[in-house]
Amino acid sequence: MFLAAFSAVAITLAIVFILFYESLAFFEHVSIFEFLTSTQWSPLFENPQYGILPLVAGTLVTSAVALLVAVPIGSIIAIYLSEFAPHKVREVVKPFLELLASVPTVVFGYFALMVVTPMLQTFMPELPGFNMLGPGIVIGIMIIPYIASLSEDAMRAVPMAMREGSYAMGATRFQTAVRVISPAAISGIIAAYILAMSRAIGETMVVAIAAGQQPNFTFNPTEAAATITAYIVQVAMGDLPHGSIGYQSIFAAGLVLFLMTLAFNILGHMARQRFREVY
Amino acid sequence: MELSEAQVKAAVPLKAEVNDLNFYYGKVQALKSINMPIAEKQVTALIGPSGCGKSTFLRCFNRMHDLYPNNRYEGEIVLHPDNTNIISRKVDPMEVRMRISMVFQKPNPFPKSIYENVAYGLRVRGMRNKRDLDAKVEEALRGAALWNEVKDRLKDMAFNLSGGQQQRLCIARALAIDPELVLFDEPTSALDPIATASIEELVTELKEKVTILIVTHNMQQAARVSVYTAYMYIGNLIEFGDTTSVFTNPKRKETEDYITGRFG
Amino acid sequence: MQEQKDIKRLRALIKRLKFNDYVFSLVGLICMMVAVVTLLGLFTDLLIDGMARLNYDFFTSFPSRRAAQAGILSAWVGSVLVLSVTAFVAVPMGVAAAIYLEEYAPKNLLTAIIEINVSNLAGVPSIIYGLLALGLFVYQLDLGQSILTAGLTLALLILPIVIVATRESLRTIPREIREAAYALGATRWQVISDHVIPYSKGGILTGVIIGMARAIGETAPIITIGALTFIAFLPPIPFTGDPGEPAVGMFDWLFSPFTVLPIQMFNWTSRPEAAFLINAAATGVVIIVMTLAMNALAIYLRYKIRKNIKW
Repeated sequence: MFLAAFSAVAITLAIVFILFYESLAFFEHVSIFEFLTSTQWSPLFENPQYGILPLVAGTLVTSAVALLVAVPIGSIIAIYLSEFAPHKVREVVKPFLELLASVPTVVFGYFALMVVTPMLQTFMPELPGFNMLGPGIVIGIMIIPYIASLSEDAMRAVPMAMREGSYAMGATRFQTAVRVISPAAISGIIAAYILAMSRAIGETMVVAIAAGQQPNFTFNPTEAAATITAYIVQVAMGDLPHGSIGYQSIFAAGLVLFLMTLAFNILGHMARQRFREVY
Repeated sequence: MELSEAQVKAAVPLKAEVNDLNFYYGKVQALKSINMPIAEKQVTALIGPSGCGKSTFLRCFNRMHDLYPNNRYEGEIVLHPDNTNIISRKVDPMEVRMRISMVFQKPNPFPKSIYENVAYGLRVRGMRNKRDLDAKVEEALRGAALWNEVKDRLKDMAFNLSGGQQQRLCIARALAIDPELVLFDEPTSALDPIATASIEELVTELKEKVTILIVTHNMQQAARVSVYTAYMYIGNLIEFGDTTSVFTNPKRKETEDYITGRFG
Repeated sequence: MQEQKDIKRLRALIKRLKFNDYVFSLVGLICMMVAVVTLLGLFTDLLIDGMARLNYDFFTSFPSRRAAQAGILSAWVGSVLVLSVTAFVAVPMGVAAAIYLEEYAPKNLLTAIIEINVSNLAGVPSIIYGLLALGLFVYQLDLGQSILTAGLTLALLILPIVIVATRESLRTIPREIREAAYALGATRWQVISDHVIPYSKGGILTGVIIGMARAIGETAPIITIGALTFIAFLPPIPFTGDPGEPAVGMFDWLFSPFTVLPIQMFNWTSRPEAAFLINAAATGVVIIVMTLAMNALAIYLRYKIRKNIKW
């Protein structure tokens, strides 16, 4: 049983080991400096370039679009559910949100390509079929339940005494929610945002299907650009021989992705820990 | 001086009158037909064993029960001088709470600075002028005997204060809005004896300015701070009168048993 | 007179504040509706697109170059087999790990590290698990791009989910029950096997179902290990085969190449021909129905357990 529990550590170690092991092989061919500064990523071409920046840019742009959609809507839903909605509404909506959060991401990729992008094209005619805006919005919709549910948990965890104190001063629900409950739950809410960001960064299928496969160093969401995850999928779909530089490059890209999400996860857990300490 | 309920009503100016108040948590009746006057600018204490309904009664005065579903009031609590029945459905609970503020059992400062805690009620009312706010905050903190301790660190988080200071901060918060009536729900039960003494002193001073209704399970405290005392038992008001006579010469056997410690 | 005016002013203020309240609750309701309606709209769209292909033949045909004849037989068989491997590995391991952490683990640094690890693993993107599997299972352990590899990968992926859910349900059992059993002279293992596990099996089941539902829809890690997208055969069935040749072994299917439902959908989505998109939509409907049904079952189970808790 100890071994079973220890497997969690073993998995982490294995992940770190495999990523570093294959990346090291990669960095024997490519200097870290080039990897981190070059703005060209074309490992499969005649004259290969290995700059991770375009992939990172693509990842950040889609994630930023996603957060722009999900944070306001998710937060408003959380406040509404926690402070406004009658008990019965909450009982129905919460499981429903959980249900939505469980829809497989490949289905959302289909939506981004087949529904959202064509819809955007009706009022942005110059938008290409592959772009970062559509998938970004879809990832945003996808993580709304996540943000709403986690923030709502944080707000419900604020002790009732705080609410009573505010209402006893004659505050409205809105004033109580905005001036007392949200500040009290702020680290829990921020943790929700950060964990959602980490999910958006690691999201694969939506961008692999709908954001295009061409690495493109741009911060313009209406252009097509590959993300780190989309690149990994693209290479894995093709049949690259084991040990080739292309094969190793996906591990280097994966390492960057892993470190990015790890940073956000650690930040998120720290924020949540702080929240727990207060209550 | 020995005054009964009717005599109090006739003899002194009243801030509020409770007439035939019943209260239900769902189907359970928690308060049974309560009648009681509340004298203006005096301290009235509610005593009784735990579970007797004294907190429930107190929370009727600023409609705290409206926060939870299935609670129901019957009868009236008439607030003077405008004779509004504050538990009527037609009266907005917010209006009641803006006129009657409350200090809770455990200090519950908001996760904000000391200054913002006191200013909260004013901001809720839409007050924005910095100079007016400053003046009001200082006045309230002085009123709660906290000004000298915190005047140099108004921007500090309220959580950094000691328990007794936090409770006085909550009192300042309740005073800042110029309430007509302040409710205290066992305000010292979570505090040490020294902090308790300072709060008691404060309550006695405050009656110069405002009407006070205080719930306490500590009979000495009731005797020390209040002018009138009501003894409650399982949702009933057993006896009401001026504090001296309730404590020295109770009319009802139940009150006497409780006060002399034979029960409760 | 003065009072009358004050109260009038107060009432006007309250009216204004209440209006803000009302506006916000409207905004909140609209946001909720937007989120819910958008998603429902998308699903309806998917259903309408895929409706034409959802018939018996679709489930009993192999994929084909001609969209109208293509089906998901190999995909759903692959999904079922991969998930059996996943369940076979993840459930005992996850439950054992949870019992250890909850009932046995001493409070020391190692335990703390394990706990932090479990919660961190849940936040690792699934594609990273794919890379792990590609490097470890496919090449280092030489398991190939097989059902076994995919099942193990998904098992690792849902392990944290199973552990967390199991621990939560173990934690709901009150200390008094444990103490009562110990007081009667039970050993620690007897307490666990006679009381703790039976009383929490509903909660454990819920966690397992949620984990499996997640595994059904996972695409990225399986793509990464190199699942094929065009499979027009089924894995070998044990103890069959042409007479004369050696019979298929009991576990040969574990090493067979395979495809699963979400990969089939991904493959069809990336085809340019519109006819294949219809197939993709139909597959999407199948996946959604499966995951939602499992999750709904889990949520229902949890609701029922909460209602039945007597302590």
